[in-house]
Amino acid sequence: MRTLGIIINSAYVRGLIGQAIFTFAGIGLVGGIRSAMGLETNVEPGVVLGAILGVIGFLLFAGVLTDWLKWIAGKKTPLRHGVPEGKPGWSRYLNVDVNHKVIGIQYGYTSILVLLVGGIFALVFRLELAQPGIQLLDAKTYNTLFSAHGIVMIASILLGVGAMTNYLVPLMIGASDMAFPRLNAFSYWVGIPAVVLILSGMVVGGWDTGWVGYPPLSLRAPLGVVLFLMGFYLNGLSSIASSINLLVTVSFMRAKGMTPFRMPIFVWAAVATSLIQFTATQTVGVALTLNVMERVAGLTFFNPTNGGDPVLYQHLFWFYSHPVVYVFVLPGLGIISELLPVFSRKPLFGYKWIALSSLGIAFVGFLVWAHHMFTSGMNDALRIPFMMATMFVAIPTGVKFFSWVATMWEGKLSFETPMLFVLGAISVFLIGGVTGPILGTIPTDLHLHDSYWVVGHFHATMFGGFIFPFFAAIYYWFPKITGRMYKESLGKLHFWLMVPGFWIMSLGQMQIGLLGMRRRIVDYEAVLGVQGTQVLITIAALVIGWSVLIMVYNLVSSARSKEMAVTNPWGSRSPEWQIPYPVPEFNYDVPFEVVGDPYDYGLDGSEYVHTQAAPVPSGD
Amino acid sequence: MGKAKHYIAVTVLIIAATLVLRFFVLGPLYRLPMAASKEAGPIDVMFDAHFWLISFLFALIMVFMLYAAVVFRRKPGDDEMGPYVHGNTGLEIAWTILPTVIVIGFGVWGAVMLNELTTPNPQEMTIRVWGQQWAWLFEYPEQGNVTTPDLVLPLNQPIVLEMESRDVLHSFWIPEFRVKQDLLPGRKTYLRFTPTEPGDYEVRCAEICGLQHAVMIAQVHVLDEAGFAAWADERMAAPAYADMTPVERGQVWYTEFGCNACHSVDGTALAGPTWQAMYNHEAQLTDGSTATVDDAYIRESIVNPNLKIVTGFAANVMPQDFETRMAEKETAVLASEGVQLDIIADIIAYIQTIE
Repeated sequence: MRTLGIIINSAYVRGLIGQAIFTFAGIGLVGGIRSAMGLETNVEPGVVLGAILGVIGFLLFAGVLTDWLKWIAGKKTPLRHGVPEGKPGWSRYLNVDVNHKVIGIQYGYTSILVLLVGGIFALVFRLELAQPGIQLLDAKTYNTLFSAHGIVMIASILLGVGAMTNYLVPLMIGASDMAFPRLNAFSYWVGIPAVVLILSGMVVGGWDTGWVGYPPLSLRAPLGVVLFLMGFYLNGLSSIASSINLLVTVSFMRAKGMTPFRMPIFVWAAVATSLIQFTATQTVGVALTLNVMERVAGLTFFNPTNGGDPVLYQHLFWFYSHPVVYVFVLPGLGIISELLPVFSRKPLFGYKWIALSSLGIAFVGFLVWAHHMFTSGMNDALRIPFMMATMFVAIPTGVKFFSWVATMWEGKLSFETPMLFVLGAISVFLIGGVTGPILGTIPTDLHLHDSYWVVGHFHATMFGGFIFPFFAAIYYWFPKITGRMYKESLGKLHFWLMVPGFWIMSLGQMQIGLLGMRRRIVDYEAVLGVQGTQVLITIAALVIGWSVLIMVYNLVSSARSKEMAVTNPWGSRSPEWQIPYPVPEFNYDVPFEVVGDPYDYGLDGSEYVHTQAAPVPSGD
Repeated sequence: MGKAKHYIAVTVLIIAATLVLRFFVLGPLYRLPMAASKEAGPIDVMFDAHFWLISFLFALIMVFMLYAAVVFRRKPGDDEMGPYVHGNTGLEIAWTILPTVIVIGFGVWGAVMLNELTTPNPQEMTIRVWGQQWAWLFEYPEQGNVTTPDLVLPLNQPIVLEMESRDVLHSFWIPEFRVKQDLLPGRKTYLRFTPTEPGDYEVRCAEICGLQHAVMIAQVHVLDEAGFAAWADERMAAPAYADMTPVERGQVWYTEFGCNACHSVDGTALAGPTWQAMYNHEAQLTDGSTATVDDAYIRESIVNPNLKIVTGFAANVMPQDFETRMAEKETAVLASEGVQLDIIADIIAYIQTIE
């Protein structure tokens, strides 16, 4: 009963109620004004205002804005820390909390839940694609499902990136929390109404533009496209806010002695990621806003009938949406670099090169957006520099691969589940990497563009750069988070199902793309000769789905086990593993000082962090 | 210690794995469609070079990784650390410079080839391509502006497509020709190729264009010189519009204006109501009322498609510019043949015949 009460009174439920009330109020308000003015019936302007108000309603009712509103009213509000009085510890996770570890975990389970939703969409339309002809879905449902799959997965990945950076970075650099704890909570909570908007867009008519939302199609698509565009916008807002927080935290809150080149390598990846989020997201915000305004308010930006330019949207869109690919993968690549030395018992090979290659990828990533537009009809003179820049992405990416194998070389490797997922990640990201240059050179891209080759290529980069490392990170830090060890046998089973499953899926997708299979089609012709492979891909996708469920079961059941894990099961030198479970509210009761390099495994007598003798009051 | 032993083994394995990948994996499993254009020749050479690169790079990293995983695995009870190796500046520089050289090489090659693919050929023949949701229309300015829903191409004749969309983005792709180009509304885009193999192909829309994107497909026929000339003569000799009956003209308009993309004549449900047995029957509308499909209703539905929507179909699907487009066509026919047509009346006459 008490449990139910806490759930009903949680910020999620309160927020959703607030969102519903404010949304309908917005729709009613605009509808009322329009009918009073005698305008024709058009629900869209109301839906737009309703969506905006709904998000505010969510944040108000959930309590995200409470402190800030009190400040405006001139009241001081101290940060509330720790478990609320008289409530069980787990209730923190269902409410607005400012502790970075709580927020990190909130990001984490939300990411997995949203991942499951997006995965189910994919499995449904994969079943449709197993055979030519229309069996399960009509074209409208199919189009909505693949469009939603794209944006829902992006939301999931951004949440997952938030989970890793929020939980790990303050611990790794010895900070007591993120620099702006309230902003941190805001970044997470604003993502919830974003997902609600996207999912409700599927209900009110769906949309058929894919996750790119290209005009003029977006201007004629069903109503759902408006909610999709606005949900996407909110994801961006969350990204910008969290990136500012992270950059400030890393800049100013590092432990004594932690010079830039003595930070754990994951922190470098998080910084590179945040730089992209902080500087690129605004342009997609512009693109999405203009798109909505053109549709709803009749302003013209992209529709050529009224003097707009559809290619302009693509430039604005990809100026963010290409670099964001590196937002998805850089943290994952950071996880790979972070875990390899631990499981190889050897220093990270070429630490500085790896650190700088993250910045290199982030920088080059800004110069390549138009390779998504090689067939768009943009000026030929533009295509060639973008082709050259695209090819250059291979260089810093190659540095990472070579450094990883050099780290493993002559090490003492052990293969617990996190290490298996790291190796799986390298193999899958490698598939994504080596199938990229063929898309980068325009003559070959003219055949492959918008084909299933592209689908296979980017699923490999996303799985290798995010999904596999994210799972590795979950298994690796699970004992730190819960104090318990996951079940190794189930972890290995998960791995040995998912790796072959994924290989077959993405290699199959590339094969049929080469033969002429287009993206985003509900049906294909038997004449293409892709039927056998389509069946294989569908089976592989189902296997991946089941393997993820095994992980969820493993995590949930292991978290409830009575047996406690040892403090540092991996023998890591990283500071968070030097303190026992549970990690204190402010992370380190006794601050540490960095006295060596992070990955000096095998250097006798070396130390990375040195804990000072006298306790210092925690910095609230 | 035998360090050299490891490097020799790895080198041999990488060479073997590269060859196996190229000849026994990519070779048999990853096949391009047949090459049916002149452009496919050099492009396929580049595909082949990329397949070699893919095979080598994949083998390089995977062999090193798997070899390390097997040979350097931790033995049970071994608590020792690995060797303290921090890095190697020479190696880092080498694996930065070498890929740079390779990618610049591919980039320059790609730029030179792209230039060849896009350079106009003085002998080229122009065909206009119109894309609309979800149909293709091809117009031959050098053959008396004849139009056809199928693309008919003369063998070994350099072609330039002058393409434009009537609504949203589309993309022209014939996999056997290897080249692709988007169609934009309000702006022309161009695609050049020379068909080199007689036969039948399909052009499929490669850019998501809405509900029926998957079926935006047109037939392509590559005919030899004589065959193409005969086809063009036959089309050009087609009777003047003035000499056709309204029903015959209606049938022409049915494909020329792309009605066929959404309205079947055999009862198949597409994005719009079928025209079979539609005339003079009752239509159930989304606002709950019913309407008789008579001349006035059809005319209104073509000119202002969103006014009445039949149950089970969506608004905003049908183009709303048919009045303008049909008026343009009527003006053109008036100029060339001196008769004033009523295209909608022709379409109504055609619809009446579909039982």
